[in-house]
This record gives sequence, C-alpha cells and structure tokens, in this order.
Amino acid sequence: MSGFPVLTLLTVLPLVGAAIALWSGRHARAVALITTLCSLALALFVWTRLPANGSIGLVERAAWAPSLGIEYHLGVDGLGALMLVLSAIVTLMSVDAAHRVHHQPGLYFGLVLTLEAGLFGSFTALNFFHWFLFWELSLIPAFFLIKLWGGARRGPAATQFFIYTMAGSAALLVAFLAVFVSTGSMDFPHLTLLASTGELEQMVTAHLGPVTFWLAIGVLAGFAVKVPMIPFHTWLPAAYAEAPSPVTMLLTGAMSKMGVYGLLRIAIPLFGAQIAQIRTPLLVLAVATVVMGAWAAAAQKDLKRVFAYSSVNHLGYCLLGIFALAVPVAATDASAQASQAAALNGVILQMFNHGLTAAALFWFVAIMQSRTGGHRGIDDFGGLRKPAPVLAGLMGIALFSSLGLPGLNGFVGEFLIFRGAFPLAWVGATVSLLGLLVTATVILTVIQKVFWGPVPERCASFPDLHHGERLALAPVIGLMLLIGLLPQLIVDSVNPTVVNLLTHWRF
Amino acid sequence: MLAWTIYLSFAGALVLALLPKGKPAVARWLALAVAVAGLALAVTGFVASMGQGRLVIVDLPWVPSMGVHFLLAADGISRVLVLLTGLAAVAGVLFSWNIELRTNEFFAFFLALIGGVYGVFLSFDLLLLFMFYEIAIVPKYFLIAIWGSTRREYAAMKLALYSFVGSAMVLIGLLAAYATSGSHSTSLIALGHAGLPVSFQMWAFPLVFTGFAILAGMWPFHTWAPTGHVAAPTAASMLLAGVVMKLGAYGCLRVGIALFPHGLDPWGFSFAGIGSWRDVFALLAVVGIVYGALVALVQTDFKFVIGYSSVSHMGFVLLGLMTLNQIGVTGAVMQMFSHGIIAGLLFAIVGRLVYNRTHTRQLAELETMHLSKRLPFAAWAFVIAGMASMGLPGFSGFVSELQVLVGAWQVNPWWVAVAGVGIVVGVAYTWRALQKAFFSDALPSAHVLEQEHGQALAPITWSEVTGVIMLAGVSLFVGLYPKILLDAIEPAVKTLLAGGGQ
Repeated sequence: MSGFPVLTLLTVLPLVGAAIALWSGRHARAVALITTLCSLALALFVWTRLPANGSIGLVERAAWAPSLGIEYHLGVDGLGALMLVLSAIVTLMSVDAAHRVHHQPGLYFGLVLTLEAGLFGSFTALNFFHWFLFWELSLIPAFFLIKLWGGARRGPAATQFFIYTMAGSAALLVAFLAVFVSTGSMDFPHLTLLASTGELEQMVTAHLGPVTFWLAIGVLAGFAVKVPMIPFHTWLPAAYAEAPSPVTMLLTGAMSKMGVYGLLRIAIPLFGAQIAQIRTPLLVLAVATVVMGAWAAAAQKDLKRVFAYSSVNHLGYCLLGIFALAVPVAATDASAQASQAAALNGVILQMFNHGLTAAALFWFVAIMQSRTGGHRGIDDFGGLRKPAPVLAGLMGIALFSSLGLPGLNGFVGEFLIFRGAFPLAWVGATVSLLGLLVTATVILTVIQKVFWGPVPERCASFPDLHHGERLALAPVIGLMLLIGLLPQLIVDSVNPTVVNLLTHWRF
Repeated sequence: MLAWTIYLSFAGALVLALLPKGKPAVARWLALAVAVAGLALAVTGFVASMGQGRLVIVDLPWVPSMGVHFLLAADGISRVLVLLTGLAAVAGVLFSWNIELRTNEFFAFFLALIGGVYGVFLSFDLLLLFMFYEIAIVPKYFLIAIWGSTRREYAAMKLALYSFVGSAMVLIGLLAAYATSGSHSTSLIALGHAGLPVSFQMWAFPLVFTGFAILAGMWPFHTWAPTGHVAAPTAASMLLAGVVMKLGAYGCLRVGIALFPHGLDPWGFSFAGIGSWRDVFALLAVVGIVYGALVALVQTDFKFVIGYSSVSHMGFVLLGLMTLNQIGVTGAVMQMFSHGIIAGLLFAIVGRLVYNRTHTRQLAELETMHLSKRLPFAAWAFVIAGMASMGLPGFSGFVSELQVLVGAWQVNPWWVAVAGVGIVVGVAYTWRALQKAFFSDALPSAHVLEQEHGQALAPITWSEVTGVIMLAGVSLFVGLYPKILLDAIEPAVKTLLAGGGQ
C-alpha cells in the first residue's frame, strides 16, 4: 500500500518544529504548541485510516542498507495508532503545562519536540534498526530535560535514569544482534512470522546453539526497565520526582508506554514460547509490581512520588494482563481465547488511559506547585476545595479515574484485564486485587488531605484555575469521561488488531 | 582525477613553504583553498565512479629494471578513505585557524602530510605505497615537535620511533615478498596473483601485519598513540586519529591480508584456544577494545580520554579485519571512515573549542567552570560527538560497530562478548567526560569565579562552527544512510576477499 507517506511526515514534523523552536527563544512555546497541535491532528488522521481487519496499514517501505537487514519499513495497526494519538495528546498537554520555562526555553521545547519525534518513530517502526534509533533518540532529550531543568537532586536522578535505560538498551541490542546473525532479518513482521512457525528458534539454535531462551531474557530485561517492572523500577521515583512536572508527564504518559509497546510488538511475538515457559515467575513479578507499587505509593509524602509509585502500580496491571495471556491455548478452546482477547484489549486500553490520567495528575501537581512556590507534599495542602473548587473538582475526576471508578476511563482497562486474567491466572489476579484496594486508599488519602480539612495559611489565598487553565484541562477531563462512558470509541478500532495479533502469536 | 588530490596537496605544501613569512591570513586561506579543492576532487571522484570496481588512474614505468611502476588506482575502499582524508583535511585547516606561530610552515607540513595520506590510499604499487607511507610520517614529527604541547619532544620522538620500527618490519616483509614471488613486479595486483608459498606467507604475514598495525594503534603497541595525540596541536591530533591511524589499518588490509591470505590459515596446533595468527590478532584487537576503554575511564586529562578512546575504537577495525568475512571487513572499513570523522570532531572540541579558551584539560578543573553555560556550543557539539562515539544508532559508529560485531559473531561469539564489554565501558567514559567537562553541578572555586567575572571566554568563531557542523553532519548522514558508503565498500571487499589480486 503506497501513497502519501503520512507516517514519515508525522515523525519529521516534530523534528522540524524542534529545529525552529531552538532558534525562536521566547516564542519557542508557541512554536511547540503549533507543532504538537498539528501532530495531534495528523495522529488522529492516521487513527481514522486504519485497515478494518486489524492488520498493519499505512505501510511505507524503502531500501535502506539491505546487507545489514536494515530497511525503511513503517506501518501502524490499532495498537501503534493508539499510541501515536496518546503520544500526541500527552506532548500537547506537557507543552501546555510548561508555561513557566524561563531558562533557555528554545532548548527546552526543542528537546520536548525531539522526544515526541522519538515516540512517533518508535511506535511506527517495523524494523529493528529504525525502532532502536528512535528508542534511543527519545532517551537523550529525556535525560537532558531532567538534568538541566530538574529539581535539587536532578544530577544523580538523570544519571541513574540514563544508565538503567542504557543497560536495558544494550541487552536489547545484543539479543537482536543474535537474531540478525541467525535469520539475516531485522524486520518485525517477518520475524513474527518465523516465530509463529517455530522457525526462529530453530534458526537461532542452528547458528548459536540453544540460546533462544537467553535472548528472550535480554529482550524482556530491556523492556522491563522501561515499563518498569519490579525489581527494575528503582530509577523511576527519583527521575519522576526530580524532573520538572511537564517532563514527568511525558515520562509517565508516553515514554513508559514504549516499554509495554515493546513487549507487545517485539518480545511476545518473537519470544512468546520462551516467555510462556517462565510465565509463573513473570506473573509473580507483575503481581509484585501491582501490589508493591501501590504499597510504596501509600508510604510517600511527596505528591510526585505518590503518583510515580502509583504509575508503577498501574503499569503493573498491563504486565499482569500480558503475562496472564502468555499461555498456550487450544484452537478449540473458545472461552480461553475470549479471555486472552479481553486481557489484551484491557492492556491496550490501560496503556492509553494510564497515559492520559497520569499526565493529567502530574499537570495538577505542576499547577499546585506554581501556586505555592514549589510545595508538593501531601501535608503542605489542605481544604483546597474551598479556595479552589474548580481545581478540586477537575483533579478529583482525574484522581477517581486513577482509582478506577466505573464511568471513568481508568475502569474500563482494568476491568478487561481482570476479566481476562481471572480465568487464565486466577491466583495472580486475586492477589492483584490487593493492589486495587491499596490504590483506592492512597487516592482517597490524597483527596482527603489535599481537598478537605482545615485550610493552612499558605493555601488561604490559593487562586483557583484561571480561564486558560480551565480551557486547557477541560478537553482532557472530558476525554476521561467520554472513554469511561463510551469505551467502544477505542475498543472498536483496537479489537480487530487484538484478534489479528493473537492469531500471530505462538506460546 | 583522484590523482590530483595528491599533486595538489604537495603543490600547496611547496607554495606555502616558499611563501614569505608574516602573512598568516594568506597562508590560512591558501591552505583552506587547497584542502577544499582536494575534498571537491575526492567527492567528484567518489560520485563519478559509483558502482564501478577498481579503476586504474595512472600507470607509468618508474624503475623499469625492478618492475616498479608509478601505479595509482582506486577501488571502493580507496575512494571512501580518500573522501575521509578530504574531509579531515578541510576540518583540520578550519580548526587550525588560530595558529599564529610560523603559520605558513604549519600548513606546509599539514598539506604534505595530507598529500602523503592521499598517496597511500591510491597507490597500488608496493614501493610507491611505502614511499607515501614514509612521507606521511615526517611532517607528523615536526607538527608535534614544533607546535605541540605536553611533553612534545618526547611524544614526537616516541611516535616517530614506533612508526619507523613498524615501517622496517613492513619493508622486510615486502622485499622478501618481492624476492620470493620472482614475478619481477611490485604491483599489488601482480603480486596478489603470484601465489606466494604458504610457508613464506606464514612468517611474512605477522611481520607485515604487525608493522602496519603499530600505526593503527594495536595493543600492546599502542602507547605512542595517546601521548602523541595529547602532545600534538589540535589539527595534528585530528589527522593522527582521523587518517594516520587509518593508514596502518589500510596497510593491514591492502597489503597484509590481500598479499598473504594464507598467513591466516590455522597452524595445525592450538594453544589455549589460539590456533592461528588470526586468533592472535583478533585477541589483541579485543584486548585493545576493552583496555583502551577502561584506561579512558580513569583519565584525568580530557584529551587522554579521547586518545585512549581511539585505541579502543581502532580495536574494532582490527577485529573487523580478522573476521575475514564480507560483513566484518566491510564494517572495518566503515569504522575507519566513521572513527576518522568522530575522532576528528572529538579532538577538535577538546583541543580547540575547550582548551584554547580554558587553558586546562584537567577534568577536575573543567568541572568547576560550568562550561555548558559558558560554552554552550562546545557542550552540545560534544553531546553529539559523544553520542556518535558511544555508537548510538543514527550515527556512523553504530553501523560500523554493528557490522564488525555481526561479522565477528559468525566466527567466534566470544570476541563479541568481550568487545561488547568495551562498548558498555565506552558509554561510561564518554558519559563521565561529558558530565565532568560540561554538565557538572560542582560549585566553582573562588579562583574560577573570579575569572568568570573578570573575563569572558572568547566567543566561538565561524571556522569552528563550520568544522563542527561538517563533521557531525557527515557522521549523522552516514549513520542514517550508510548505503552511500556500503555500495562502494562492499564490492571492493568482496573482490579483495575472493583473492586474485585485490
């Protein structure tokens, strides 16, 4: 399918915007806003042009460096397109929230837009080289955004973030090197096909001996760091807390999805059988991520760290869903297949919903910080619903969405994940319910301490959201309600992709 | 046409040497004009002969009684390296814009060195190649001894001695090959067809290969490289790392491997897993990769970090050569090009952009200077150069190191495992240097603060900006579109590995 190279345009657009922003000084934010709005429009256009059968569409192919298996191969299915839309929304939100960048705004917004290009590139790439290029491209701006605009302990936080992710990348690179040496291909669809017939493992074994299992571990490790999965999560709280809040929105809203996306696009399709072998330990880790993430959030006093750990918890549900469905299912077992499809639908929805909700929560933190001179401890606030009822109302909706209240977006994904996971891995799913419970306490505690109770002195004259902020936040909160009430807006496009993916996966 | 790169450079050197003293501006512009013309010729030659095999440029009898010809020719490998030389020459002139001491002599030596390098890459006659190889060493000595810094006489002497020892080894091997072949020709093409006896190749190969590899910075004969790089003036470090080390690697490939292919055959016995010269040199290569990286990690002098990183990166070239397969050797040639560009850029940043303004290269002192704020251009140039040097995808180094690793994996996965450690350490030392030199949070000392208020650092000049953009742009372009070089290198490597006179 050839035609207008819309995916290339989508990736190049933020890079062009970044170049302009670099040289436009104080007007950089305006440039970034225009660029991200155009990107969102383009991403939505891509969303409407998906093939109805859930296969990969809008394909662009061109020779690049054939002798190295490198090909310019782009395309999206429902999963990729949804991530494009999410990235575009989150970047727009982040730019919107960053109206207080006084120090080198040109560089700041240039880096943000480069990061967006990295996201777009990695969500559309179908060749390892291309994918890896953008995967790394997103890492560099993220590092500098933390390092140059972060809080007091930004230096160690940025370094830790960089080193962890680099180590993960190295593991990925080695694994793919081995795959390339064995198969001569770096093309995701082609390798998926080889894996679905079991040829991939045979070829790897023929070339390198019985190492397929270790390659699977390498790939898993690379993504586990990015998601993050316990015990690879230790970089996250420091990075999320030290990064300026608009950057944290990008980190949690969009970049953490690169990890989950990688599991779905690369790890499971290529190494499904190996992952199925170690499904039990992986499930244990996923459940640990869910429960301990929530538990750690309960122990925090800093709002950013609360939401950071609650992000770990929410992405844990994605891991739970993915590893729960990684089990061989007989072709005749319709009910198990339905469970797999439900879990995968849930995972994809959860990726989108968590991105939206978490980005919104960090936005609210940014607003609260800017009004109180940088305070962000739970105990620094109180009774905000009196001086700032609109803020309390809108943030309350976002908090309840994070809690997973039915009627809001957060509920749908988690519900589908549990619907799918219970029949496939009932122990893990049951224990994970504990995570839901703890999260509920955490969120309710935040609501209680921040919105209710006596108003401390520093919050007495806390200004409510002004019109600009209301205008910017309304669409986000509206989207939470819309997806909560009409999840089929997303599911209708994602479900064909889910069915298509599951037919190509072999466990 | 490519031959004119040689003639033009030497002519330029001659004119500059004869130029009246005291006119530095004239000398600079003249040198730049010659370097740009050379680059233009190299580019034209590269584009015009795209998709073609080896083309003979000039073939004149020189010493008929010995069968020596003035034989210049170029295949894909030569053309890529000539292109590299052209780029390095232009960048070198741009980053030497501030040379005030004996400017015309400086550029005369500089162009003579460049002319010799062009000559080596284009010679297909053994004696001619060797002559150009020696011509390249002499100006290098003077560039370091006259315009150098830290312990320059020592470094210049060390470099010259190492080079001459290497040359002597090469010369013995070459003369023996000439005598043994009995073909009465010193043409590389003819000698390649001569079919030298296997037993002869077995001892001639390690001799010639080691001789050349000394100049390529092979461990444990690398020690001239870091001291030489550090002592040399910026442009000379750039050329040293950028093209001179490539002369050695090129000789290893063009003469060592091509003339004595059977020197790499197994010995018939093995000791601790080492069963051929190939295993020996591959082992030295991977040791060099890791050793260079580890030593770079603990340096206190910024320039030594880059100096040792060159040893590490050149290890990839040698490892690629020892794979003896299509993808690995192609990767080695790619790595020669890539490292030439990136090392040039790194030395330019450290030596010219930073040192000329701060007058210190000690990381501990740079740490207190807040260079990311005071020299943002240098800081971001180093970010890009560092990313390229780490081998991040999108830059030329990623492609070449990937190829070398893929090629090595097909031969011996252990080589890859060890080299992989080198890559990880490579990320670490680049990272450390970047953090310490530019993005440190350390509080400035009183002395530095005083200086900061007293005098601002000199602004970045147009020549520096041009040079940085050119080198970084080339690395990025080749990283994103490696096909442009691969199309030239791959067929040439294929012919060369298939034997039969290159």
